Amino acid sequence: MAEQQPHKHSNNRVIAWCMAGVVGMFLFGFALVPLYDVFCEITGINGKTSGRYEVAAAGQVDGQRTVTVQFLASNGPGMTWEFRPVQRSVKVHPGEAVTVNFFAANQSDHAMVGQAVPSLAPAEGTPYFHKTECFCFNQQPLEAGESVEMPLVFIVDPDLPEHITKMTLSYTLYDQNREAKVSGSGPGTTTNNNG
Amino acid sequence: MRVHAKRVTALVAGLLSPTVVMADWTMNMSPGVTGISNQIYSLHMTILWICVAIGVVVFGVMFWSIFAHRKSQGAKPANFHENTWVEILWTIIPLAILVAMAIPATATLVEMYDTTESDIDIKVTGYQWRWRYEYINDDFGYFSNMSTPRAQIENRQEKGENYLLEVDNPMVIPVGKKVRLLMTANDVIHSWWVPEFGVKKDAIPGFINETWTRVDEPGIYRGQCTELCGKDHGFMPVVVEVLPEDEYNAWVAEQRAAAETERQLTAKDWTLEELMERGEQAYASACASCHLANGEGMPPAFPALRGSAVATGNMEAHIDIVVNGVPGTAMQAFGSQLSEVDLAAVITYERNAWGNNTGDMVTPKEIFDYKNQE
Amino acid sequence: MSAVADTHSQEHHHGPAKGISRWLLTTNHKDIGSMYLIFSFAMFLIGGTMAMVIRAELFQPGLQIVQPEFFNQMTTMHGLIMVFGAVMPAFVGLANWMIPLMIGAPDMALPRMNNWSFWLLPCAFLILLSTLFMEGGGPNFGWTFYAPLSTTYGPPSTTFFIFAIHVMGVSSIMGAINVIATVLNMRAPGMTLMKMPLFVWTWLITAFLLIAVMPVLAGAVTMMLMDINFGTSFFDASGGGDPVLFQHVFWFFGHPEVYIMIMPAFGAISHIVSAFSRKPLFGYASMVYAVGAIGLLSFLVWAHHMFTVGIPLAGQLFFMYATMLIAVPTGVKVFNWVTTMFRGSLSFETPMLFAVAFVILFSIGGFSGLMLAIAPADFQYHDTYFVVAHFHYVLVPGAIFGIFASAYFWLPKWTGHMYDETLGKTHFWLSFIGMNLAFFPMHFVGLAGMPRRIPDYALQFADFNMVSSIGAFMFGVSQLLFLFIVVKCARGGEKAPAKPWDGAEGLEWTVPSPAPYHTFTTPPEVK
Repeated sequence: MAEQQPHKHSNNRVIAWCMAGVVGMFLFGFALVPLYDVFCEITGINGKTSGRYEVAAAGQVDGQRTVTVQFLASNGPGMTWEFRPVQRSVKVHPGEAVTVNFFAANQSDHAMVGQAVPSLAPAEGTPYFHKTECFCFNQQPLEAGESVEMPLVFIVDPDLPEHITKMTLSYTLYDQNREAKVSGSGPGTTTNNNG
Repeated sequence: MRVHAKRVTALVAGLLSPTVVMADWTMNMSPGVTGISNQIYSLHMTILWICVAIGVVVFGVMFWSIFAHRKSQGAKPANFHENTWVEILWTIIPLAILVAMAIPATATLVEMYDTTESDIDIKVTGYQWRWRYEYINDDFGYFSNMSTPRAQIENRQEKGENYLLEVDNPMVIPVGKKVRLLMTANDVIHSWWVPEFGVKKDAIPGFINETWTRVDEPGIYRGQCTELCGKDHGFMPVVVEVLPEDEYNAWVAEQRAAAETERQLTAKDWTLEELMERGEQAYASACASCHLANGEGMPPAFPALRGSAVATGNMEAHIDIVVNGVPGTAMQAFGSQLSEVDLAAVITYERNAWGNNTGDMVTPKEIFDYKNQE
Repeated sequence: MSAVADTHSQEHHHGPAKGISRWLLTTNHKDIGSMYLIFSFAMFLIGGTMAMVIRAELFQPGLQIVQPEFFNQMTTMHGLIMVFGAVMPAFVGLANWMIPLMIGAPDMALPRMNNWSFWLLPCAFLILLSTLFMEGGGPNFGWTFYAPLSTTYGPPSTTFFIFAIHVMGVSSIMGAINVIATVLNMRAPGMTLMKMPLFVWTWLITAFLLIAVMPVLAGAVTMMLMDINFGTSFFDASGGGDPVLFQHVFWFFGHPEVYIMIMPAFGAISHIVSAFSRKPLFGYASMVYAVGAIGLLSFLVWAHHMFTVGIPLAGQLFFMYATMLIAVPTGVKVFNWVTTMFRGSLSFETPMLFAVAFVILFSIGGFSGLMLAIAPADFQYHDTYFVVAHFHYVLVPGAIFGIFASAYFWLPKWTGHMYDETLGKTHFWLSFIGMNLAFFPMHFVGLAGMPRRIPDYALQFADFNMVSSIGAFMFGVSQLLFLFIVVKCARGGEKAPAKPWDGAEGLEWTVPSPAPYHTFTTPPEVK
């Protein structure tokens, strides 16, 4: 209809802007994924500890202060390994490097690959918990019946807020091959070394 | 606010299944038994009354108009249609009320988030469809399953008083102590809630969440899972038993002992050699006085074990004698005197020592199971 | 192309086509509006039937009627159908019918896209409803479909559910683009933005919200699709993902979505209260600013749906404050409606009954919303029936009564006949009583400790649940009366004048009833 023609140019402008908005918001939705990760890494908000910590230089050890670090271990669904911390908790001085171990045993009758995923509480302590060596950096393959003691080396940052005197580090151990089966792709699914 | 329950027998034939119904018209949340739950209750009542007051005023004006400004009663419409001052006023005043409300709310929230200085730590794991409680510092844990029978759910049996809110193994905590709860889940997101504690926290698979409670009164408190987690989301209740401290400590000791037993039994893969070594020692202390170190005994009162039918024949019969004794004779029931490890070791030793050489062995776990099947 | 003025209502050579192709191919905003409204009412009855199944099971403790697996499908589908199939399409139908009439435009800006926007919906909902008959059943993870319940543990039909959401989302986005283009470009000369009827304003803001958040929903379900079928780990901790990320993305969409579901009602109610008070709407400018403020604030409050997931303290406080803040502009609107009525000359025909009930009962829903905003208290309310009570109060006497009020208000314009006033009032009172019986007790059982989404409950919740179920059955049955009223009105009744409501204002009342197939082919002059 002729009445529509005068508006055609402005309609096209509106459509163009709206579509830009639609595409932009769709991309924003996906951008939320890395944004969320970055935001959480900076603030430690979701308790996900970051990757390998490079020790710049031997830092100061705060001998006056003691922080208790507890360790928890859980199995992911369908994971049949025995998985437990060797030490239930340790008292550390902020700044000192401490080593603890986790015991894992593949009690099944076939070779399996596990991946441990860490989570820390309280979440606000996460930016102050540094792992220089962690079994969670890598996947852990074990033959049937094989067991292993896996080390974790960490440093509690001396800048940890004063009111935090106890932290709990929990690992969940997942069966990598099961994850691959469940999600429909082949074995050796990429996993991040999420630390 | 207390729940007043009166028993009313449902008599409507055909419509209602034969349940004893507790008529309950509870309209409000309970102040609960913790400092936090009481603070939450106060906040709740305050905001409720503020809303009621605003509602009374606003609806009051409206009902007045409905009554007094009807066309059918001859009302003529006024023409005013804006007033900037009024708009400012009824923006600022609600804003001020809300700011006032936010202050105590902030204080309570800050306290709810303070998990420091806890006395006990318990790890809570949500599973489809049950909870697991692990007492981190005391190294024991167990599953907590709903114990309401299916027959009640399917209306074949009268429903019990704590229908859907009862479990086989409740969480047990001491009164007056700060309990820190670490929440996670095995599969999907669950949520752990005890209304009377004012505690609710989501249990997220792969992540650990923290919360805490300090309960002021002993008792049994019941809650439920509060995040849709699959078909039996409504059937995984939370039950917490709060005990006076000394009773709690006694309970912990019992649990630790039981856990230690279970660990000994199941954690270790005993070999024949290990059992023999241990068995020799156990035999020496518990059996040798009657059956002698060389197994020849002092018949007839104390039969020989070397080459005996019992020690080389049917395993279960052998276990029975050692565990349950032989009534009417001097052979005691060692089941209650020796640990499962020692019982297994002794029996294994007897079956292989002194040339008996059956090659048989029995594990501590098998003894444990044998004892528990009775 | 008709140069004939719209004073006569004959449809000579440019009337609508005949037969089914009229409806399949129409680009006429009135036809498309009618189709949206009919479709939404059908969805309302289907979603309502699911609610009847839910309330029948919850009539008494114990499992009597359905198994928990099916119950979870019912609660999920009830939510999805009502949100995406009933409420949203109904408002789009009202927009289609009324926006061009209200601004003096001959049609929507993009009539062919308008047709496609509609026809995508029956396709989407056919797919969604068919999942109930697939192996493993339909979606059973709540209308909020949290991961990993919906990803790792969902039924095989989940991929179809995702597809249906995508299709429906495309429809909504196209509809929103159409509304924005129409409102910005096709207003009659002299109609500045601040002279627009409030319904048009609220729909304009709603359309911007739709453009902003429907794509985020599309992103969320696409991530779900990828996690389920392509081995990604957006929401799976084992691969480095986070289930809570799902909740953030979902609720970033979800909170503005609930405002999308109420804002058009805000606009319509403003028209109706004003008409039946025979008084101009009080505070037009404030009303516009309030809706704008609500629209903007709606993007900043999403995590108030997530107070118990373990958000750090600073986050909780921010979202608590922002949520409490959003109560202010909403309250301003309520005060303005009441002041519109004050010293008016009130009459209580059916549209006004629904509008008055809207103001009171939506406010009650708003009050429970304010209580939910208090984060520490929310730990006791979250995922209980208190929340169910809250959102049913804002959605049923809020959105749904708003739609009923609009329908009664504009039925004479659409059909040319007055609806039966006695039956209308009966429908109102039955709905009002049924709805309150159904949902008010839910506040109580929620406070007393009853969680959401459970097919069976502890004995102390039994009495109020029974009352609730009775109210729900009453409400459900009453909607059949509405169907009867509408059909009866479409087929005949007292002839309606161009302006059947003496207090009504606006361009839509200057065209005859029923509105001719083509209206405002020449734009009117607006003073």
